[in-house]
Amino acid sequence: MFKGIKDWLLNLKNEGVEQVPDETKREFLKIGLIITGVFAGGSLFSVVSRVAEGFATPEELRESYPYKPHYSMVFKVDRCIDCELCMEACRKTNNVPEYGWRTMILRRYDESALDQKVMFMPILCNHCNNPPCVRACPTKATYKDKKTGIVRMASYKCLGCKVCMAACPYNARYFNEEKHAIDKCDFCWESRLSKGMTITACAEACPAGVRIFGDLSDPNSEVYKLVHQLAKPVWVLKPETNAKPNVFYTIS
Amino acid sequence: MSEKKNLGTSEIEVTTFSQTWLASLSEFLSGTRVFYFLVGLSALVLLITAMFGVNAMYKGYRHAYGIYREIPWGILISGYVNFAVTSTGLCIVSSIGHVFGVKSFIPIAKRSVYLSAVNILAAFTVIFFDVENPFRLPIWNALSPNLTSNIWWMGTLYGAYLFFMTLEFLLLLLGRHRYARVFGLLVLIFGIAAYGNLGAVFGMLYGREFWYGPHMPIYFIVSAAASGCTAIIFYTYLAYKITGEKMEREMELSLQAVGKIWALFLAILMFFTTWKIITDFVGGEGRVLALKEWLTGKYAFNFWLFEVGFGLLIPFFLLLISGFKNLNQMFAASVFAFIGFFFMRFDFVVVGQVVSHYFEFKVTDFPVILSYNPSIYEIMIIIGAVAFCIMAFLVGEKVFKGHKTEIH
Repeated sequence: MFKGIKDWLLNLKNEGVEQVPDETKREFLKIGLIITGVFAGGSLFSVVSRVAEGFATPEELRESYPYKPHYSMVFKVDRCIDCELCMEACRKTNNVPEYGWRTMILRRYDESALDQKVMFMPILCNHCNNPPCVRACPTKATYKDKKTGIVRMASYKCLGCKVCMAACPYNARYFNEEKHAIDKCDFCWESRLSKGMTITACAEACPAGVRIFGDLSDPNSEVYKLVHQLAKPVWVLKPETNAKPNVFYTIS
Repeated sequence: MSEKKNLGTSEIEVTTFSQTWLASLSEFLSGTRVFYFLVGLSALVLLITAMFGVNAMYKGYRHAYGIYREIPWGILISGYVNFAVTSTGLCIVSSIGHVFGVKSFIPIAKRSVYLSAVNILAAFTVIFFDVENPFRLPIWNALSPNLTSNIWWMGTLYGAYLFFMTLEFLLLLLGRHRYARVFGLLVLIFGIAAYGNLGAVFGMLYGREFWYGPHMPIYFIVSAAASGCTAIIFYTYLAYKITGEKMEREMELSLQAVGKIWALFLAILMFFTTWKIITDFVGGEGRVLALKEWLTGKYAFNFWLFEVGFGLLIPFFLLLISGFKNLNQMFAASVFAFIGFFFMRFDFVVVGQVVSHYFEFKVTDFPVILSYNPSIYEIMIIIGAVAFCIMAFLVGEKVFKGHKTEIH
């Protein structure tokens, strides 16, 4: 049976592609891409799907972001050297006590990795578009700023019930005794942005250019360019929670 | 004409009402030595534990409690759930009689409503010591409501629940059963809605795999009904033991009926627990990690001995052995279940948080499984709430003369 097929294949004549309509060529290429994507399975070939996953907003919002400016941060995560200058700048700027943190650098360690065993991963509040904390807060003490999309605190309304801490998939919140309220990263809104500055303290302090801060709705901003491209992988943390973060990770 | 008539009726009500309280006071003063000793003892425990609570408030919860940033909810939340569950459960089970008119459930009604109020007060007291700014709660709950928040709904509905329950109890005391029935229905509706929201507080946290899912409110309601039956059997049996009175035939039949539905609720809980575990096994990695910690890790002892043994199997088989007739065995079952259920709620709250947020990235800053140990302050507050329930139960028995109901 197979012999028959072999002969048939060998006797096939090349018809050339000149006569094939463009439509059919495109269809064929798509099939190829899908198959490659499915079977490669690894991170490289799923870049396309990762970008879709990483987008802060559903497809239809890609062109019109819900906030203006739509503040966002992109980490070029391979550049981080764990110098912690960002953490120090954050503490000073936002009066963060020693028992808490608004941003932190996680140390990833993988013995089985073939290249470097250690990698640093900075984290902060992801200012989600579908924030679990904001939904859960009984008194709107934490809220999504209607203009900027920053997840902020109205400290005087905070009951300290800690449901936002339990709700946050990113461990971005802690109880601040001095403020008698939950404290968290507000992209330096109170300390800097509201006073006319355009960049957060951590992004300014970073000597390695890890933290890129800007307006995701502005096509000229660096964050826009970093997120809207396919050449390099862009991802968000814990996409499965459907919180739609506005903090992205990429490599330089 | 009709106005005048109404006026007349309310005047009579007022006199009956004040007479009731006077009678209650004299009743309280006529107690035996043992009664005063027990009330005094529980009051003393309550006082000591209250000092712990106030001290913790003064020190700051970060210093006094075992909770921390990664595990913000500890034994106080479990305790709150436990007392709220008992309150709602008492309300559900007793409503079968005095709301829906099933005769055999009527004798337990008064005591259940009273204990239901006591338990919800205990729950509020425990949560008072967990929330960092409890005094802001009534203000901002009213001025800045977040309608998507389950905690907001729960707080508001439980407020209404307590209000209607107080009215219901007063009406029951005054013997106004028809009105009491209307309020009983309201209490039931508000109680179920509030408690469903408490389930959803956990079930709707989409960042927490172990809790997330639509089954949580349903599970909470079944668990409430089971707790309600436990509490009715436990307290009613004790009430008769303390006074040395012989239990009336109606009450005996009533407890037997409660025992039967209790067995049913226990069976549903077993069914649920089994399927929760089986489902978790095929869930995400975080879910599996939490499950392993629960069944084979630090919480395995709690799970197998207290949850499965004390909470489900032992009471279930004791009930079967008792043939729903032997009240001594049923009481023993309720003691086991009381202990087992507390562990059930403790594990539920804690295990939901033990998996570290960034475990999948192999970070060295946090262990994969976090641990929580309640501090002495937290434990004392729970003991205080238990002491409060016991004291209120004893005083209630005396003041309301054994919560007797005349069956018409």
